[in-house]
Amino acid sequence: MNRKNFTLVKFLFSFLFLFASTYATLAQDAAEGETLFKNNCAACHSSTDEVLVGPGLKGVGERRPIEWIVKWVHNPQAVIASGDKYANELYNKFNKAAMTPYPNFSEGQIKSIIAYIDASNAAPAAPAAGAAPAGAAAPAAAASSGGMMEVLLVGLLVIMVFVLIALLSIVSTLSKLSAGEADSEAPLMKRIAENAKKLAANSAVKTGIIIFALLLGGKATIDAAYGVGIHQGYAPEQPIKFSHKLHAGQYQINCNYCHTGVYEGKGANVPSANICMNCHNAIKRESPEIQKIYQALEKDEPIQWVRVHNLPDLAYFNHSQHTNVGNLECKNCHGDIEKMEVVEQRSSLTMGWCIDCHRNTDVNAKGNAYYDKLVEVHNKDSKTPLKVQNIGGLECSKCHY
Amino acid sequence: MENSNKRYWKGIEELTNEPSFVKNIHNEFGNMPSESDSKGEALVDGSGTHRRDFLKMLGFGVAAVSLAACEAPIKKTIPYLNKPVDVEPTIANWYASTYTDGGEYASILVKTREGRPIKIEGNKLSAVSKGVLSGRAHASVLSLYDNEKLKGPQIGAKAADWAQLDKEFTAKLAAAAAKGGQIRIVSNTILSPSTKKVIAEFTAKYPTTQHVVYDANPAYGLTQAHGGILPSIDFSKAKTIVSVGADFLGTWVAPTEFAAQWAETRRVGSAKDGKKDMSRHYQFETILSNTGANADYRSAYKPSQEGLVVVSLYNAVAKLTGAAALAGAAVKLDHLDKAAKDLVASKGASIVVAGSNDPEVQKVVVAINALVGAYGSTINTGVAVNYRQGNDMAMANFIKEAGAGKIAAVIFYNANPVYNHPMGAALAAALPKVEVSLATNERADETASLCQFIAPDSHYLESWNDAEPKTGFYSLTQPTISTIFKTRQAQSSLLTWAGLNGDYATYLERNWESNILKAGAVQWKNALHDGVFQPNAVSISTAVPSVDANAAAAAISKAYTANSTGLEISVYEKVGLGTGSQANNPWLQEFPEPVSKACWDNYASISQPTATKLNLKQGDLVKVSAKGYEVTLPVLVQPGQAQDTVAIAIGYGRTKAGKSADGVGVNAYPFISEINGACVGTCTQGVSVSPTGDTKDIAQTQTHHTVMARQAVVQETVLGEFVKNPQSGRFNPTVATSEGKKDATDLTLWNGHQYNNHAWGMVIDLNTCTGCSACVVSCSAENNVPVVGRQEVINRREMHWMRIDRYYSSDAEVEDLKGLEVASDNPEVVFQPMLCQHCNNAPCETVCPVLATTHSTEGLNQMTYNRCIGTRYCANNCPYKVRRFNWFRYYQTDEYDFHFNNDLGRMVINPDVTVRSRGVMEKCSMCVQRIQEGKLTAKKEKRRPVDGEIQVACAQSCPTNAITFGDMNDPASEISKLLAVEKEGRAYGVIEEINVKPNISYLMKVRNKDVKKEA
Repeated sequence: MNRKNFTLVKFLFSFLFLFASTYATLAQDAAEGETLFKNNCAACHSSTDEVLVGPGLKGVGERRPIEWIVKWVHNPQAVIASGDKYANELYNKFNKAAMTPYPNFSEGQIKSIIAYIDASNAAPAAPAAGAAPAGAAAPAAAASSGGMMEVLLVGLLVIMVFVLIALLSIVSTLSKLSAGEADSEAPLMKRIAENAKKLAANSAVKTGIIIFALLLGGKATIDAAYGVGIHQGYAPEQPIKFSHKLHAGQYQINCNYCHTGVYEGKGANVPSANICMNCHNAIKRESPEIQKIYQALEKDEPIQWVRVHNLPDLAYFNHSQHTNVGNLECKNCHGDIEKMEVVEQRSSLTMGWCIDCHRNTDVNAKGNAYYDKLVEVHNKDSKTPLKVQNIGGLECSKCHY
Repeated sequence: MENSNKRYWKGIEELTNEPSFVKNIHNEFGNMPSESDSKGEALVDGSGTHRRDFLKMLGFGVAAVSLAACEAPIKKTIPYLNKPVDVEPTIANWYASTYTDGGEYASILVKTREGRPIKIEGNKLSAVSKGVLSGRAHASVLSLYDNEKLKGPQIGAKAADWAQLDKEFTAKLAAAAAKGGQIRIVSNTILSPSTKKVIAEFTAKYPTTQHVVYDANPAYGLTQAHGGILPSIDFSKAKTIVSVGADFLGTWVAPTEFAAQWAETRRVGSAKDGKKDMSRHYQFETILSNTGANADYRSAYKPSQEGLVVVSLYNAVAKLTGAAALAGAAVKLDHLDKAAKDLVASKGASIVVAGSNDPEVQKVVVAINALVGAYGSTINTGVAVNYRQGNDMAMANFIKEAGAGKIAAVIFYNANPVYNHPMGAALAAALPKVEVSLATNERADETASLCQFIAPDSHYLESWNDAEPKTGFYSLTQPTISTIFKTRQAQSSLLTWAGLNGDYATYLERNWESNILKAGAVQWKNALHDGVFQPNAVSISTAVPSVDANAAAAAISKAYTANSTGLEISVYEKVGLGTGSQANNPWLQEFPEPVSKACWDNYASISQPTATKLNLKQGDLVKVSAKGYEVTLPVLVQPGQAQDTVAIAIGYGRTKAGKSADGVGVNAYPFISEINGACVGTCTQGVSVSPTGDTKDIAQTQTHHTVMARQAVVQETVLGEFVKNPQSGRFNPTVATSEGKKDATDLTLWNGHQYNNHAWGMVIDLNTCTGCSACVVSCSAENNVPVVGRQEVINRREMHWMRIDRYYSSDAEVEDLKGLEVASDNPEVVFQPMLCQHCNNAPCETVCPVLATTHSTEGLNQMTYNRCIGTRYCANNCPYKVRRFNWFRYYQTDEYDFHFNNDLGRMVINPDVTVRSRGVMEKCSMCVQRIQEGKLTAKKEKRRPVDGEIQVACAQSCPTNAITFGDMNDPASEISKLLAVEKEGRAYGVIEEINVKPNISYLMKVRNKDVKKEA
């Protein structure tokens, strides 16, 4: 490559980079807005025009000037007290339910929330910002292809057996013919049946069939044994008919809002009743299911949820390592929770399943100084990206101690 | 000094090659469990199984599996109703608090998980305890979950409620007070100023009340000699330390603090400009104490000589300084004159301490310290220490008064004098004569069970309190769990009975705000957060207490003799169990005593020549009697002990403490004698020892393994040689090859490991390890190490991941059998913490048939319990014998009734560490759960872990910082810096010649002894 070309390439690259970074800034705004919205606003507001506890926020950027929105978000009571007409109307319309003030939001953050609301209404079908890392889809694909392979193999085997039987009968017919057994005037079908009978009497074939049956039975037993203790698809009935489809799906409440430990600790935590009360002291009070929460609180008896995902005590799993450090999405392991009326265990939660993922997943090393030296050392003698298995992700005492 | 001319041995059995010992050398696991062993659980346990049992089990197993396959077990997950804001399940919370048990003190941090305390660690903010704590403080968290404590108040032996108790007790108390009857509150040392104020409030309401304070192991003599206070002692400033019977590294006054100070004077560095001077430590004592085991020079005397030893030391010092000698018969002891010479030579940096509780002896010690300029440097009378406030005279007087029927009412404030006072039997007989009696003890113990009322106090982890360990230094105790049983703080009780508001938490806060913090810069909340409130500067006083040494010497001459011939008893405190207040704590019962390595018992310890003279062997049951009191206990032959003495430990022989303590050992308190008005732990008259003909095994851990004649296990040198050559005592193994001799560590079959990320390692300094074994308890608490009980220890199946090996040695030649026997009278001692060495060429890893033990990319030798099938090949192949096998299921099994078989006791279990089941091997994991947690925290904050952020339990709990843990890949880490220097100096790997390349290095021991003259 001559020098001129090289400069041109450099120029093109820098242009491309500039474009990409501008685009990234915009996307980042909406992404930041989405996180903020889901963590703080989504409990009471939807991003469409649907009314939840408070008004739907679709088009709020056009409805009100930004200065007003900022003032309102920082301290709604002050705006109402100042005699602002719009604010007072709004307050009265929603039965004088006060909105929680967010004095710590910067103007930029509020703008990014609005950017998110606009973006989500502009392109409802667009995928959420920050798509799952490439590796995430791999294990699922691998699992399904594994299933396909099995079906194919069994199919092939069956065909082969048929072919074998056909060939054998042809061979025997031909050999009989060549031996001059011309008197065999019997119809073809009958002859084949006779041959089949003879074949069945052949001890070698008998043994073959028995061995084949035993192998098949053995495989089935082993497969069944592997399934012992695996509760994939387990969807127990819960004491309260809580719907993730409604909360996480329709209302888009961020998982972290209720599962408070998911970015911080080992356990994601089943929410305590006071978290339900954040919304349900106002919403759907009359529902018999919600009444159960009130009763629990009144009687001071905790709600006994049924645990869906059970890891054995000997396996240590930490949510924050995967969600916070690894930046994996909940659905990687839990499936489409937002579509589940009753939560079920989507993944097998076997060690093989863990290990597969650790083999295939890239380490989320970008921007994390912990991994800098590891990446550097790895890149010296490898062209593939740093996988979890390269930093000891397959070692026993990463999970067993 | 070459190492090979020294012989190390672990116990008398090894020295004398007893048949039982020889038999067991190659039998690492002891006897295989037999049917009688398995205590009726053969079918379930898989031991002693017959063919039919096997078939039954097979059938049952298949059925169980098919059942399990059909139905998923339903597990509940129960969240909080109202989650406290700062409690996040699975994330630990830490609270600053204070551990006190009588006069024992430590400022601590309590780790709680989901609202339950699971681990105690030191609070480094404290200027007093500086983040160090004893094994007892570590173990105290298990005492919290003791199911045998009282579940609520009792009237008589019947359960009552608090309102009823308050009503009945105050009515009786008021009636007694109205008649002008004498009321006594009896307690051990109280460190809490607010509690003392509460007692004052109570006294104001009932003016005939007097507060009587006594200590189970008192320092009354020391206090008397210093005009009523205990002075601050700082060993870190000392160049010459002389101790006459004071076990200051093990049990005397504030051992963990003293150990930390002592260690500062013992640290040396191999670098050219490294520290090359050490303090010199002389120990004169009767028993071979933990402190004596660490001394440079040591010799033994009989208890009847103690006072005269001090007088002789005074006279030797006086001779050199020109002071007048004291009258008194001279005791000839090895090294005594040498000690005097060193004391005078390092004047101003010398200290003499004595363990005797005799005030007259302590007065002479004051006089010696005055001569060698200790006051104002190593001893400071400017800051009083409050650890021992007991008044022996007042207590004896109280018991006499009670016996005479002169006491109308008594409140035992967490005190158990019927058990732990020498006149306990007299008190027990006197108690029925007292009209009203109440105890606030946590259980119906020996004293409380004789009282009419028991108003159980809450455990300190459930309580509000404060402490003033040294004058002006305050610390706070805060509850880390709500009360488990219906207990009430004793302070609240006293306030209630005094007719005041019983809310002690508020009382405490008000008292702090008005009398301690005094509207200064520090707020109550900050003080509570830090756990301590202390002055920035310490006042130092050079004032010498005025004592009449001549009068003291005269009193000593009356009470002591230089040459007595009869048998004598020495009563001492054990490092682990202490005075016996926490005797029902299985962790402490299974604590191997640093020197004797015995647990689950006390014993009559005698020297080898005395044993020969009395025709006794180890394990013989003997009757020891004196003062009309007789006990039966087994003999333990203890090298280094004074001739014609029998040593018995206090803290044992509880009768009403609980399952773990009752019937373990015998009570030695009644042997304590009164000398010059104080309780002194000796008995010098009319002692007889007679064999019963029976034997009893002592559960000793040390003699379970041998060093198999390996040479490089312990390495040591003397200071003079070390200064000349930092590698002077090192043993560098060589191997003969075709190319001549080569360094053993240069030859290997292995490719080695590449550690790109971390390389965890540990350095253990044998020079500062005192053998105190706080790390053993801390490790057990952190890693859910089960307690196996006395019989299983005898069966050599103890489970401790960390053990402190104790080796005796002598300078005599290996061939010189006579010489060896003489030397065993006063051996040198080395302590060596031994744990999984995390070998890089690990012998265990190569023999595991199921890959249950493997090597990690961070240098750890990983043990995977769920993979282990229990072949025990790994333990067989481990050169260090650090792998422990679960012969039984030690939790949830009633045969192992050590708190882990009930729901309450199991609350102490660390949820981040698997509880191992029967049939799997286990060993030190280098606290991998802490490493993982530390790494995760760093990753979340997008940075590398900072050195010191990740600490293993043993390193963190070492009072002397003898253990350094860290990342050897991080050039800035302390361990890297230390190894960089010591690789060319003291650092060595144990049994280096087999080249397993351990990740744990030891730093050779250096003794401050004179260099031996070449013969």
